[in-house]
Amino acid sequence: MAIRRGRGVAAINYPTGMNLGGDPTQALVHSTPTGNFMVTLSSVDLGQGMKQIMAQICAETIGVPTDRVVVDTADTDTGPHCMGTFASRGTHRAGNAVIQAAREARQVMLEVAAEELEVNASDLETDGQGNILVKGAPQKSISIFDVALSAHFKRGRSISGRGMFLIPRSYPEKETGAMKPSTCYAHACTVAEVEVDDETGEVTVLTVKNVFEIGRALNPKMVEQQLVGGSWMGISHALYETTEPYYPNRDHGGTDFNQYLMPGPGDLAETEIIVLERPSADGPYGAKGPGEMCANPQIPAVANAVFDAVGVRIDTLPITPERILRALKAQAAN
Amino acid sequence: MELRKNYFADVRKDDLHEIGQPRPRSDSPAHVTGKTAFFADRNFPGMLHLKMVRSPHHHARIRSIDTSEAEKHPGVVKILTAKDVPHNVYTILILIQVGPEDETVLADGKVRWKGEAVVAVLAETERAAQEAAAKVKVDYEVLPAVFDMEEALKPGAPLVNEYHGQNYYLYDSGECRKVRFGDVEAGFAGADHILEESYQSSPIEHAPTETTGCVVAPEGNDRFTCYTNTQAMFFTLDNTSIILQMPGSKLHFVGGTVGGGFGGKVDVIVEPIAILGAKLTGRPVCFIYSREEEMQISSPRAAEKVVIKDGVMKDGRIVARKVTGYTDAGAYSRHSPYGAQKGAGHYPGPYTIPNVWIDTYCVYTNRTPSSAMRGFGVTIGDFALEVQMDKLARLIGMDPLEFRFINAYRDGDMKAHRQPTEGAALIECMQEASRAANWPVAEKYMAMSSYVKGA
Repeated sequence: MAIRRGRGVAAINYPTGMNLGGDPTQALVHSTPTGNFMVTLSSVDLGQGMKQIMAQICAETIGVPTDRVVVDTADTDTGPHCMGTFASRGTHRAGNAVIQAAREARQVMLEVAAEELEVNASDLETDGQGNILVKGAPQKSISIFDVALSAHFKRGRSISGRGMFLIPRSYPEKETGAMKPSTCYAHACTVAEVEVDDETGEVTVLTVKNVFEIGRALNPKMVEQQLVGGSWMGISHALYETTEPYYPNRDHGGTDFNQYLMPGPGDLAETEIIVLERPSADGPYGAKGPGEMCANPQIPAVANAVFDAVGVRIDTLPITPERILRALKAQAAN
Repeated sequence: MELRKNYFADVRKDDLHEIGQPRPRSDSPAHVTGKTAFFADRNFPGMLHLKMVRSPHHHARIRSIDTSEAEKHPGVVKILTAKDVPHNVYTILILIQVGPEDETVLADGKVRWKGEAVVAVLAETERAAQEAAAKVKVDYEVLPAVFDMEEALKPGAPLVNEYHGQNYYLYDSGECRKVRFGDVEAGFAGADHILEESYQSSPIEHAPTETTGCVVAPEGNDRFTCYTNTQAMFFTLDNTSIILQMPGSKLHFVGGTVGGGFGGKVDVIVEPIAILGAKLTGRPVCFIYSREEEMQISSPRAAEKVVIKDGVMKDGRIVARKVTGYTDAGAYSRHSPYGAQKGAGHYPGPYTIPNVWIDTYCVYTNRTPSSAMRGFGVTIGDFALEVQMDKLARLIGMDPLEFRFINAYRDGDMKAHRQPTEGAALIECMQEASRAANWPVAEKYMAMSSYVKGA
């Protein structure tokens, strides 16, 4: 009886957005009298930080610092339609809608600034700090604060924009299955290292090295929190979780966090995250949706590592100590 | 975390101001100091609590329901049964024309899974609602149940859901969603090795910090404000409008920060019945799942079975792949027909294979209805595919990572569902993993690229 070590690899891809498309999201953007910007949505922030990302996307597009953008969302009386936060679609769909709305608002903002500066709007650029400058002559400038005041009180303009993003729905061809499930895919490759105790069947995941390709890391800190969390969830799916451990007998189903097995902090592997960015053609600043993908590759990587360690295949999830011991027993009997 | 900017630098401009910056989240300080408002922080004077009477049987006919003792219980204000729900038979994906309507808000004549909602009790306190629910008497005639997908698909199996008429979802393509590409049998015939393996999974709970729920307030102008942690505001509002036969203009849904979704909050379960309770009593109503309900009643990730048959050459090329996927929807559709169909679009994985045959089935059993969960339709498929890849590599005596390079898809490769590959990056992920994990592969693989040659 011994502790045996093994490692396994898995490589995957994952579609961004609702399968087969047809999932719209809208956004509205407007400026306050003093040149702050409101983004209005009905998308839901699940704790992943959607509001923060929409603020950064709006700020980038308009050309102001992120702290001048406020996101108002998840209210059906005020927010335009969003299909919902699922299918790794939030950033991709809502982000594109926000970009379109922010571009329209930016155009009005530049037109008002052009009138104030007596130049053409096409000759203006933003400095990202809250000012609008004449290209090539940055001493000639006006603050966005003053542009907004002018629009509201002097020129009677609404610095606002409407945004809409929709990928037309694809209908699978009945006989061949020809279809367009998605317009862009995120990618991953994970290598997991495990120790398996062949006496108890217990698996310890030592390290998980994840490489994720996500189009563009819009906010690297938030990317990290999502990818690390997903990686832990993958380990949990591989080794621990089921609501019905002895189905169809339902007596052993967990009813709280004491009974429903998930890894605790002490069970978590050393986790490495490496991010590659190949911008997608239709993503907001190239972003893809890695929200679901990031929990997938750990499952087969751990399963393959268990085989590498003890030479038995557990093809039924979760890979419990009981299943490993039964497989080892069967292997010894053969 | 490390950003490896050396990959794809030629197709990416890194000239942005706000994007790419690790800005602190504006909502974090409120989260960590307890100031963020969640739906359950709403508390209205006179608010009622809703509790469900649930089926103790997997499959049973309801002979009668007697609520007389429960009605007398102190604190009980209203008891709802199927006849109180204006449009009791519904299905959530009807909004995107994926029918038929196949599920009851409150069971009508029959229950099809253990835990199904039968009677709703509204009372002054949570405790009174719970105690009164225990006094509702339901007389059941237990029916034979089917627990296994293969059993459910056999002729003569008990029929789970009459609205479907058979124990599988009927796609326009028939009993399954199909993908046919090349000639899979010819591929097998020419292969050096054939490997057919079967993979299975069990339902998984989303385990969010915050359980599913809502708080409803009648506004006095015939409108109802529903504070909810749904993941999809208008999807829930529009379905509620159908179920209650109430114009959408009467409904105001307010969300906000949700304490974790993972797909568990895209079923429309708590809002319609809570709004109905508020309408019929004229009082605010809250309906919040207990942790036990969240773990054993709310839809889990589906149990799946995936059978993969591959033909592989000694040099490492996969020449044919046949995948049969089964998704256990449980008793009702919810999002499972969508999930099973998503699988058909995902197989055969990120590999270029000339001959592919895919069938994905959505199967009905007397199991807790499954639905959306992070990656559903793909997650378990990837487990099966990637374990299969490991087995194939070992079968032909090849390094598992190198074996994947040989088959990895690249820009321009035609996928089985007849879309050319665009924006591929699998090869680069594997190259970086090879370095990071100190898992060396031959130099020719490190020299590969996802780009089209000469483009």
